[in-house]
Amino acid sequence: MPSLQFRLNGAAIAVDVDPDQTLLDVLRSRLGVTGPHFGCGAGECGACHVMVDDRAMTSCDMPMWSVENKDVVTVEGLGTMQQPHPLQRAFIAEQAMQCGYCVSGILISAAALLKRNPSPTEAEVREALDRNLCRCGSHNRMVRAVLRAASEMAEP
Amino acid sequence: MISPAPKLPVSLVANPRLSSWVQFTDGGRVAISPGKVEIGQGIVTALAQIAADELDVDLGRIDMIRASTAMSPNEGVTSGSLSIQQSGRALRHACAEVRERFLAAASERLGVDAALLDIDDGTISGPGNVRTSYWELAGEVSLDRDATAGAPAKSPAGRALAGHSVPRVDIPDKVFARPRFIHDCALPGLLHGRVLRPDVSRAKLIALDEVATGAVPGLVAVVRDGSFAGVVADSEAAAEAALKILRKGATWSTGEPLPDEYDLAGFLKSQPVQTTVIDARTATSPKQAMRTLRRQYTRPYIAHASIAPSCAMARWEGDRVHVWTHSQGIYLLRADLAIVLKLPAESIIVEHMEGAGCYGHNAADDVALDAVLLAKAASGRPVRVQWSRHDEMSHAPFGAAMAIEIEADLDADNEIVGWRHAIWSNGHAARPGRAAQPALLAASEIENPYPRMISSNPPAANGGGGDRNSVPLYDDFPAWTITSHRLLTMPVRTSALRTLGAQGNLFAIESLIDEIAALRGEDPIAFRLRHLRDERAKDVIRVAAGRAQWKPQKRSGIGYGAGFARYKNTGAYCAAIAEIEGAEDIRVKRLTLAVDVGEAINPDGVVNQIEGGAIQATSWVLKERVRFDRTRITSVSWTDYPILRFSEVPAVDVEIIQRPEIEPVGAGEAAHGPVTAAIANAVYDCLGVRVRDLPITRDRIIAAAELAS
Repeated sequence: MPSLQFRLNGAAIAVDVDPDQTLLDVLRSRLGVTGPHFGCGAGECGACHVMVDDRAMTSCDMPMWSVENKDVVTVEGLGTMQQPHPLQRAFIAEQAMQCGYCVSGILISAAALLKRNPSPTEAEVREALDRNLCRCGSHNRMVRAVLRAASEMAEP
Repeated sequence: MISPAPKLPVSLVANPRLSSWVQFTDGGRVAISPGKVEIGQGIVTALAQIAADELDVDLGRIDMIRASTAMSPNEGVTSGSLSIQQSGRALRHACAEVRERFLAAASERLGVDAALLDIDDGTISGPGNVRTSYWELAGEVSLDRDATAGAPAKSPAGRALAGHSVPRVDIPDKVFARPRFIHDCALPGLLHGRVLRPDVSRAKLIALDEVATGAVPGLVAVVRDGSFAGVVADSEAAAEAALKILRKGATWSTGEPLPDEYDLAGFLKSQPVQTTVIDARTATSPKQAMRTLRRQYTRPYIAHASIAPSCAMARWEGDRVHVWTHSQGIYLLRADLAIVLKLPAESIIVEHMEGAGCYGHNAADDVALDAVLLAKAASGRPVRVQWSRHDEMSHAPFGAAMAIEIEADLDADNEIVGWRHAIWSNGHAARPGRAAQPALLAASEIENPYPRMISSNPPAANGGGGDRNSVPLYDDFPAWTITSHRLLTMPVRTSALRTLGAQGNLFAIESLIDEIAALRGEDPIAFRLRHLRDERAKDVIRVAAGRAQWKPQKRSGIGYGAGFARYKNTGAYCAAIAEIEGAEDIRVKRLTLAVDVGEAINPDGVVNQIEGGAIQATSWVLKERVRFDRTRITSVSWTDYPILRFSEVPAVDVEIIQRPEIEPVGAGEAAHGPVTAAIANAVYDCLGVRVRDLPITRDRIIAAAELAS
């Protein structure tokens, strides 16, 4: 199997994989990165969102060959308990979930939004999260959390 | 007068041993073991609050133990908004008794009267600077004894945590992606399984070409047991690849026909049924009916549609099996597994791990049997099975379709003098562990299959099923008859979905109430208040109306509607006001709700449940409908079964009426019925059209308008 290189959460890595294998499968089963979740396998729910070169993308239908030499960030790469991303702090502050299965993908969509638009309006946040499904009905809390993180990040 | 003997909470009667609920563990920790499970509703946090309050320990000392049949109390199923009522009361009582026992032991050791002792974060102290702790005394105080009815819990004023919005204990893990979901758990030596299921409804497997899968690297086994077939492999990718080949080489029978999805009422009303009169009231002085309104309402089959496909793991050791599951009822699942496997229940350990929100009986239990059957071929290695999105949307049970007919007799002033409510629906519950036959999908597929269990309805004492919330809450209706017709056939598999029949019944009742108020030229809020006597009911309506500034001035293209219920007629009170925008499509702009759950243990948790319920109900009302043709379920993806998206979600404003002196009840299902009716009534207010068939889509509005004209 060919060795394929990419950056994962800031670190350069190389894996021997079938280039048609999906990024989600490689992350979860080969690399032990379980933040991105399987939801549908068809790129329709967003539970598997990861950032590829700063854009939120579904990883369940993304072949490995397409991430070669790209920069991949999962929810694990956003922050840690010790050094949380403002979005992670804000999701805790707003208690922005019920079951939380969709949250890792939503955090990624939100992080990608804040990279390209640091002070989004509420409508822009909703638009940016529109490809992510949440079944518990925690949408409004999540939108509030993203706006809270944005205003926190804007503070000097 | 003799006061009644104090009663133990039901869960404590069933599991009286104190040590099964509470243990003081090394390092100054407290282990709390509820029998109820976390399904994203925040129950674990609320129960921790209750325990910490009664024991006087910091919340941070409490370890909430995941339920397992190896050691946890058996609390049946985590459903029906009963966890706070059942587990909460049991824990409050058990902890109060534990506290009392330790105070007695401390009193003896310290030589101080127990009444003079105080507990602060587990340290017991008294006058003269004497002190000990739960952990110091743990060796002396045996909790291996049964609870008694004697120990009183604290009064509301004495509780430090209950009534406060304590942050949920599970959220940090989920934000930082620390493995917590069953889906993310990798047991050592884990293998992966996939099950082959037919597209055609109830087709039987006639032939299978197992040889072709041999070329898949990593394949461990192909399993076939009658119509049950699956693969085990060393990776998910290999299992998927093998399943694909297996599917190509499978021959199926023609299956069994499905009903006409365009005539659900016709189908439901033409089936053999079991008829039950749920409630009847005869007028003491019957009044003459001048006219009778006859209305029919329907709701479709609704999918649970969890974001995560159902998942389970199983590992055999000889003739014993260990199962990891996100089932809502570990003991009930074990009972069904014991039947299918022909094993004593003691040979099976069922352990809970969190899954995604399930909203009722989805495929969580089914996939557990799948994993157990496939793991038989794994030589003692654990096997993880995960369903596909397609199977999750087509083979899991659905919330039952309903046809509801109400006849309202009106007098000359259009006051209600008679009311007949009839329901045609499959049963709303086919959960495992409650019958002599198993309810698990694969049990109906194996070589010696069990018949597929026809869903039934819980008894009225438990809130009923298809009949849930069918008895009007308007106490002064002079006469009524409520009848439930439960189908004895079940071409589309149904089981418990949040609220069971309450959403459909409340849609019907509250729509017709709105219609009759309009006929009288009476404000629908005033109409409801005039017919209610329960002040808690009136309060939620008044508060919601006040918050929504009922009724805002009429504006073109905007409509307002109201809905009210007390869930199960005995649970939480909830009133909802909907503001909608009606143009090409219906858009719900704002929902304003007031709710009374008695004592709200964690107010933000209650608000979260009400917000979530309101948004999910909006999704059901505007979008959701299981689709099928005469042979198969056709809504098998998010494209075919759309749910509400971020850009479509209304603003939701919730007020809790706190009543700390009243025993708490659950909040998870209180909003669905009121919100459903409020949206339907707002559509009428906006467009002048009564839509009586859910979901309320553009096509349905056009059809209803044509029917009316």
